[in-house]
Amino acid sequence: MQENPVKILSNRCVASDTFLLQLGSPELAASARPGQFLMVRVNDSIDPVLRRPFSVCGTEEGGIVKILYKVVGRGTKFLSDKKEGEFISVLGPLGKGFMTTDLPESSILVGGGIGIAPLMFLYRHLETSDSIFLTGFRTSDEIIDPASAGNNIEAVIATDDGSMGFSGRVTDLLIKKLELYNQGETGIYACGPLPMLKAVAGISVKYGIPCQVSMETFMACGLGVCQGCVIRAESTAVNRQYLHVCKEGPVFDINEIDWKNV
Amino acid sequence: MSSSPDITTTLGSLELKNPVMTASGTFGYGLEFDSVIDLNQLGAIVVKGISLRPMPGNPPPRIVETPAGMLNAIGLANIGIESFLKDKLPWLKTLDTRIVVNIYGHSIDEYGELASALKDVDGVSAVEVNISCPNVDKGGLVFGKDPEMSARVTEAVVKNTNKPVIVKLTPNVSDITILAKAVEQAGAHCLSLINTLTGMAVDVEAGRPVLGNISGGLSGPAIKPVALHMVYQTARAVKIPVIGIGGILNTGDALEFLIAGASAVQIGTANFINPKATIEIIEGIRNYCIRKNIKCVGDIIGSINTDRNNA
Repeated sequence: MQENPVKILSNRCVASDTFLLQLGSPELAASARPGQFLMVRVNDSIDPVLRRPFSVCGTEEGGIVKILYKVVGRGTKFLSDKKEGEFISVLGPLGKGFMTTDLPESSILVGGGIGIAPLMFLYRHLETSDSIFLTGFRTSDEIIDPASAGNNIEAVIATDDGSMGFSGRVTDLLIKKLELYNQGETGIYACGPLPMLKAVAGISVKYGIPCQVSMETFMACGLGVCQGCVIRAESTAVNRQYLHVCKEGPVFDINEIDWKNV
Repeated sequence: MSSSPDITTTLGSLELKNPVMTASGTFGYGLEFDSVIDLNQLGAIVVKGISLRPMPGNPPPRIVETPAGMLNAIGLANIGIESFLKDKLPWLKTLDTRIVVNIYGHSIDEYGELASALKDVDGVSAVEVNISCPNVDKGGLVFGKDPEMSARVTEAVVKNTNKPVIVKLTPNVSDITILAKAVEQAGAHCLSLINTLTGMAVDVEAGRPVLGNISGGLSGPAIKPVALHMVYQTARAVKIPVIGIGGILNTGDALEFLIAGASAVQIGTANFINPKATIEIIEGIRNYCIRKNIKCVGDIIGSINTDRNNA
């Protein structure tokens, strides 16, 4: 983990309010693992004062590390205005990514909205295994095609309003796929809005399938020192009531999280 | 070519290789920053506040960004003194810097017990006392808002330890110098100020407070002018050294505090924004001394000239 000014190779709009940022950093490209994130300082001023966390959506040969982000507020708006050739301060790679050893034979990746970003990186990592990538969006206008940000990624699309692809929630699509799969040899990996993750956790418990989720919270430091980014843990031990998303996550096994109170 | 300036500073009997310390709660137990900066260059590391027993902290959300600052309501989550001494201190001791242990209690007795636990402990250079906590024996009234209770906490700590005692003051009072004098009289060797300013943020869509704890402590550049004035006032009101804290992001900010009367500074929220801030500020202070031909950083401490006719 390190903090350095990093050169922007490109920063282009790839879907509605969604940008792909490519950074030139051989160190980050070599060390980042699927599920890990970077803390990016979107400008040199004190507006906004804090860095913004973004998961890595992929790396490319030639020392390129990629971030897929959606413009949701001031910080991401400033970032979207950055131009090729400019430098931004990046701290990372941070956090615990997806556990990718002793994997089940097949994998199902479930992404909701911009939550597809870390799963794109994971998908590329799992290339040799039998994996499918389910992506869900509210409507066809909001669809982010993973292929626009990385090569060779084929995703199944679901839209809540049925305007494209599978009609219904991505979690309904997940259930449909699970009915077809040999469930004992499957693992689920998910990232997206909290209600989606809760539903995925419930489904994986019901089908008895191991599941890892990437969580999102407010973050100040990204290093585990401010203790601001906690979520409720399943454990009730006095100093284990909360999990630190930045340090102990952002990827957790679903059994670590108290889903009723998260 | 001029010789390298002397940037050492003293806080009573505690000598620092430079005036730059980390602020409690923004630097963990040091280890987290080890791969980003050379910790041995720091004047001192002030560790995350420690209580007698481990504390889980407040329900989330615990932080929210505000204009030029942030609110936090972490709730002093920590591993407890026993675990700190066993699991964290042995590594901290290997560093070539001063280790200051920040402590807080829920009663006068707890403060005393914590001070005893740190007495004679090798590797601990000083104790910093957080008095901005609710007193469970007094219905949750914050110790640090009451001069008498602040003095009693100070006495309890000074009596039970042989380390230099730094008392960290809350700015959430009408006149901080009254607290400063009470704590000085009770035997404190040094003061650090300011702790965070109480504030809140409202989620207008949900119609609820953003923070799980409703209110939180404001930190960051937004509070710097307030902190600077309180440090200026306090440094003139007491004889013991004062450590300046509050929104220091860069060398210029740190110098303002030194000139206004602080013998050292603590860097807090800046560690989140720029994890190399402390090291850059140390270098910046050295370069300022060279540029201004100042032989010793002590010469600028409290050197502020308030006489407009004698500029």
